[in-house]
Amino acid sequence: MTARFDPGDPVRVRPEDRRGHIRTPSYVKGKTGQIETGLGAFKDPESLAYGGSGLPDKHLYKVAFRQKDLWDGYAGSPDDTLYIDIYEHWLDPA
Amino acid sequence: MSETHNGHDHPHEEIKTGAESSLYAGRIRAIEALLVERDILTKEEVQSQIEYMEARSPANGARLVARAWIDPEFKTRLLSDTKAAARELGMDASGPVEFVTVENTPEVHNLIVCTLCSCYPRAILGRPPDWYKSFAYRSRAVNEPRAVMREFGLDLPIDVTVAVHDSSADIRYMVLPMRPSGTEDMGEEELARLVTRDSLIGVSVPLEPVLAG
Repeated sequence: MTARFDPGDPVRVRPEDRRGHIRTPSYVKGKTGQIETGLGAFKDPESLAYGGSGLPDKHLYKVAFRQKDLWDGYAGSPDDTLYIDIYEHWLDPA
Repeated sequence: MSETHNGHDHPHEEIKTGAESSLYAGRIRAIEALLVERDILTKEEVQSQIEYMEARSPANGARLVARAWIDPEFKTRLLSDTKAAARELGMDASGPVEFVTVENTPEVHNLIVCTLCSCYPRAILGRPPDWYKSFAYRSRAVNEPRAVMREFGLDLPIDVTVAVHDSSADIRYMVLPMRPSGTEDMGEEELARLVTRDSLIGVSVPLEPVLAG
C-alpha cells in the first residue's frame, strides 16, 4: 500500500462528526494544512479500540497548520505552527 | 481501629495506598478484579507493569539530552532514531509506539501536548505530571501556547517560532532543549542535572547552572 500524500501536499482534514475512539480532534476538522512528513503505517486505532484487528494498516502523517489558520485572534507569531499526526483516511487533498 | 502507644490512646487512620481513595480508583479496582477473575490478566502482570512504569523517570530524558549536548553524533542519532539512541544508553524503550525527539533552536521552540488524552513518552520518561493530563493544559497548550509557557516562567520573544506538537496518534514526542550558556566546562552528569522534566515537555527550559546548585 503506497502513501497517498507527499511532504508539501496541501490537505484538508475531513469535517466528519464521528463518535468513538477517533484520533482526530475537533479543532483541526475542516482545517487546511500541509503534509510535513509521512510517519509510516500503523494499525488502525479506530478498529483496535473495539477489539478489531486494526487491519489494513493506515498511513499516518505529521500535518502542519499555521496557528492563525486554526484560531481566530491567535496571539503569537504568524509563523507559529501546530503539528499533529493524522491518519490518511481523515485527509483530503486541498 | 484504636491502639495505645506513646502514652496516648486514640484512633489512628489507616494508611492508605491511594488505590481505594476515589470513585475512579474504585472503578479501576473493580475492572482489575474482573480481568484477573476471568484470566485475562494476572496480578503479577499488573504488578510488573506498575514496576515497569515506576522504573522510568525524567532522569532518562535528562541523560539523553546531556549526552546529545556533548556528543554531536549522538545528537544526530537521537534526532533520527530516538528509540535506538535510548537503547545505546541502556534504556529499554521497546514497544509498539515510536518516539521522536524535536530540537529547540534559537529560531524554534517546541512544546508537547496530547489534546485527546495523555500520550507521553512513558517508556522513557515514566508517567506524565498531573497537569499534563488536565483539561486546562490540553486545551490551552494548542491555542495559547505562549501564555501557557509564560505561566511556567518562560516568556519567549515573538521572533522565536513556537511549534506545538499534538501527539494524537502512534508517535510520542520529547523535546531536546538548548544547552544553557555558561555550561561549557560542565561534564555529562552535571549537565543532566540541569535538564528538568518540564524542559523535556517544552513548557520551560533547562536550569541555569547557578540555579542547579
